[in-house]
Amino acid sequence: MEAVIFFIAAIGAVVGAIGVVAARNPFYSVLALISHLFSLAVLFLLLTSAFVAAAQVVVYAGAVMVLYVFVVAYVGSAQEPTWDPVPGQRLFAGLLAFFLFVEISAAVLSSALKALSTHGPDVPAGFGYPAAIGNLLLEKFLVPFEASSVLLLIAAVGAIVLANRKPRSGPQAGDGVVSSGHSAPKARPEGATPAPASQSEPLGAPK
Amino acid sequence: MNIDWYIVLSALLFTIGAIGILVRRSPMVILLCLELMLNAANLALVAFSREVGNGQGQVFALVVMVIAACEVVVGLGLIVAIFRRKLPLDVDDLRELRG
Amino acid sequence: MSATAWAWLVLLFPLAGSILIALGFRRTSWRFAGIVGTGAIALAFLCGIVALINLLGESPDARHHASSLWEYASVAGLQIKLGIYVDPLSVFMVLVVTGVSTLIHLYSFGYMQSDAGYHRFFSYLNFFVFSMLLLVLAGNFVLLIVGWAFVGFASYALISFWYRRTTATRAGMKAFVINVVGDIGLVLAAFLIFQHLGTFEYTEVFAKAPHVFHANQWSVTAICLLLLVGAFAKSAQLPLHTWLPDAMEGLTPVSSLIHAATMVTAGVYLIARTHVLFVLAPTAADIAAFVGLATLLVAASIALVMTDLKRAIAYSTMSQIGYMVVGVSIGAYSAGMFHLMTHAFFKALLFMAAGSIIAAMANEQNIDKMSGFGKAMRFTSVTMLCGGLALAAFPFTSGFFSKDEILAYASARGGMYLIFTILGYFGALLTAIYTFRLIFRVLRGEPCAEAQELIDTGHVHHAAPFNPASGEAEDTDIGFPGAEHHIAEQSPPMKVAMGILAFLALFAGFIQVPGVDKAITNFLSPVFSDSPLAAIEPSTGAAWFGLLIGGLVSLAGIGIAYWLYVASPATPRRLQERFAAVHTFLYNKWYFDEAIDILVVRPALAVGRFANRVFERYVIDGAITGGAEETIGRAGAIVRTFQNGIVRTYGLFLVFGAVGLALYFLIQQS
Repeated sequence: MEAVIFFIAAIGAVVGAIGVVAARNPFYSVLALISHLFSLAVLFLLLTSAFVAAAQVVVYAGAVMVLYVFVVAYVGSAQEPTWDPVPGQRLFAGLLAFFLFVEISAAVLSSALKALSTHGPDVPAGFGYPAAIGNLLLEKFLVPFEASSVLLLIAAVGAIVLANRKPRSGPQAGDGVVSSGHSAPKARPEGATPAPASQSEPLGAPK
Repeated sequence: MNIDWYIVLSALLFTIGAIGILVRRSPMVILLCLELMLNAANLALVAFSREVGNGQGQVFALVVMVIAACEVVVGLGLIVAIFRRKLPLDVDDLRELRG
Repeated sequence: MSATAWAWLVLLFPLAGSILIALGFRRTSWRFAGIVGTGAIALAFLCGIVALINLLGESPDARHHASSLWEYASVAGLQIKLGIYVDPLSVFMVLVVTGVSTLIHLYSFGYMQSDAGYHRFFSYLNFFVFSMLLLVLAGNFVLLIVGWAFVGFASYALISFWYRRTTATRAGMKAFVINVVGDIGLVLAAFLIFQHLGTFEYTEVFAKAPHVFHANQWSVTAICLLLLVGAFAKSAQLPLHTWLPDAMEGLTPVSSLIHAATMVTAGVYLIARTHVLFVLAPTAADIAAFVGLATLLVAASIALVMTDLKRAIAYSTMSQIGYMVVGVSIGAYSAGMFHLMTHAFFKALLFMAAGSIIAAMANEQNIDKMSGFGKAMRFTSVTMLCGGLALAAFPFTSGFFSKDEILAYASARGGMYLIFTILGYFGALLTAIYTFRLIFRVLRGEPCAEAQELIDTGHVHHAAPFNPASGEAEDTDIGFPGAEHHIAEQSPPMKVAMGILAFLALFAGFIQVPGVDKAITNFLSPVFSDSPLAAIEPSTGAAWFGLLIGGLVSLAGIGIAYWLYVASPATPRRLQERFAAVHTFLYNKWYFDEAIDILVVRPALAVGRFANRVFERYVIDGAITGGAEETIGRAGAIVRTFQNGIVRTYGLFLVFGAVGLALYFLIQQS
């Protein structure tokens, strides 16, 4: 039973991945990635990591992908030109990636870690549950936990600065909320002034 | 299932992501492929966590997710900024960074 | 104090004088420079006299001392000391050099009085005397080479004294280059001596040489030939003689000191000093003698037709040094040194007189334009006559005794050496002819314009500052010959110097009259006693017979000159027309300059041009530098193509690297 679910989820993940890479239209790539993420969540469940699976669905597929959808909608789905400025790069890239796969697999399969060929040790009942993760986060990994929140703040501020409209744009209402820390939805196509450098004038009100 | 299946699957997903980065020209899709790679790493981490028997790998995977989120934020902000300046959204055309 | 202590003082005074004058040249007056310069050399002369007295107080066998101040180098087997060697030969040379130098300094005190470079002149001149004394007092070959090189430099500095005249600077360079050729020979000889004998010190070299070398072994012959190269360059013997006539661009006191009395005799001194080696290599000694003989005749023949006053006297110097070289090469050591001394006297005197006349002629040196100075400048002409008589070996002058002593020795040695006697007398005939040619043409006859001006007004003629040789304008800042230089009649120091020399030229010969006294031979005999050749002595009868022939030859020469230039003045022109080819050949100095130009200078220039145009351009710039540059450029271009700015390419390299690393670790693991 477990094997069947594994294979279904694995195939789903691989198909989703290939879809991301192969789709011409970026929107379809986004959709493929969402399906890939769901398959991964199933795999996490198989590995008795319930919390991670839930976080994957809620955070990753739920929030991050929504961001992607918004940006794709804003930017538009332009088709990529097929001409390659560096001839032979695609072939070479495929070849190298294949070699990489072979090497990693060889490394894993031939490693001395005996436990890899087993199902894994018997785990207590609460393994992978939010309580266990929460305990770890607040006891052993407190510093990384706090550091990642600082990182999120920095990313939010950075995104605001990046997407800021230059001379005529006003000061954006700094949200500070994690998931909507950038101003892409508020911006609209403006005419002219692609001046990249000067920030001398004070930021005006958002239009 | 044995754990090594999960690891091999993770390696496969990783290489597919790598191919995507090296082959595609749209920055959007490249970011998506980057997500692929990160998720592959997450899968490997959780698998190992199961194999070892404690939850440290899972915590690591959570932090990776946070990092992925931040990176997406910044990356998408860049894409929007590029789009705003009417530059072509094509990494091959944006080559000011040449040596 | 011992003789060596006085010898060190002899070295010290000229050096101190040179430095003192050089350092104070802005603040001191010209009188200061002249007095310090002359005084330094006079003090050196006095110290030389005291050293001589010290030496004479010892027994003849003990009259050689070596003394060193410190060691330059003491490495494995090599010991070089700053050391001097005091023996009769070096003291003799010291006295001659300092004595004549004092008189020439005195002469220059008056002659150079208004010259702009007064201080520089005296500083250089003192430095020259110091170098010459270093050369003769040196106790080892290294210090000899040091003195040799310094003397060459001093000569260069003094020839190019008026350094804005291109003729002067060119002559200075020519002299220096030819002297350097000689220096090479000398240095190589020193190396060979060290290689075979292991030491540079005179005492040790001359003691060991007879035991190490067999007679006529190629090594000692090679050493002697290399020494001869050095000696011939310095003493202006064939074929390295072409610098001496051009060196007459220097001032007259310079010509009289360096190029008559002292520097050019350094070669003779060298051969005399290393006579032990020459005794062991008779072939080399014979070569030296024949070269001296050839120089003697060639120079005398050129002097017959020379029209430049100073150059004619220069060729005469060359010829007389030929006599000295013959003397010391065939074994007549003391005769050669005696002739060195008398020649210093009368040649310096001749140059001084020539300087006086040239000053009166306002820089004109061509004797075709001179005549009648006998009436215009009495003192100068009398002294010039004294010098001329000594040069022509008029009976009972100093030159008479010294020159004929060499020829008598040659005939006493017999065999092949009779050639030297016969050709030597022929050379004496030529000497007498050309000497009195000069005297009759310059001093006799109707006064030329400048002489008339002197007679009438008592002022020296002043001409426009033009260099007659090259036609370019003279630089009045640095100075040029003729203007503002003084004649003997109007300058007491010049008169004193010339007078003393005239006395010596006439009467110095009486210290070595055959059968009566042999002052010089006795004095120098301890030095040359180790040579079997010194034992050969002509008998008194043979010597007086030689003197008789010499006197007759000299009188005949004077008579021929009288006939040619006084009795029938049209004859020289007729002879010149009749023997036009010979005259041209002699007038062009036997084409030696042209020969050296074709044989040496042009090939050297061609090699240089080849090196520049072909080798430098194609090999070095093209292949080596250009090749390296090209290679690196191409490599850089290749590397540059990787930096195309496309992010995906960079990513590709990243993955490539990762794959490579993983492969490496996998392989390592298995």
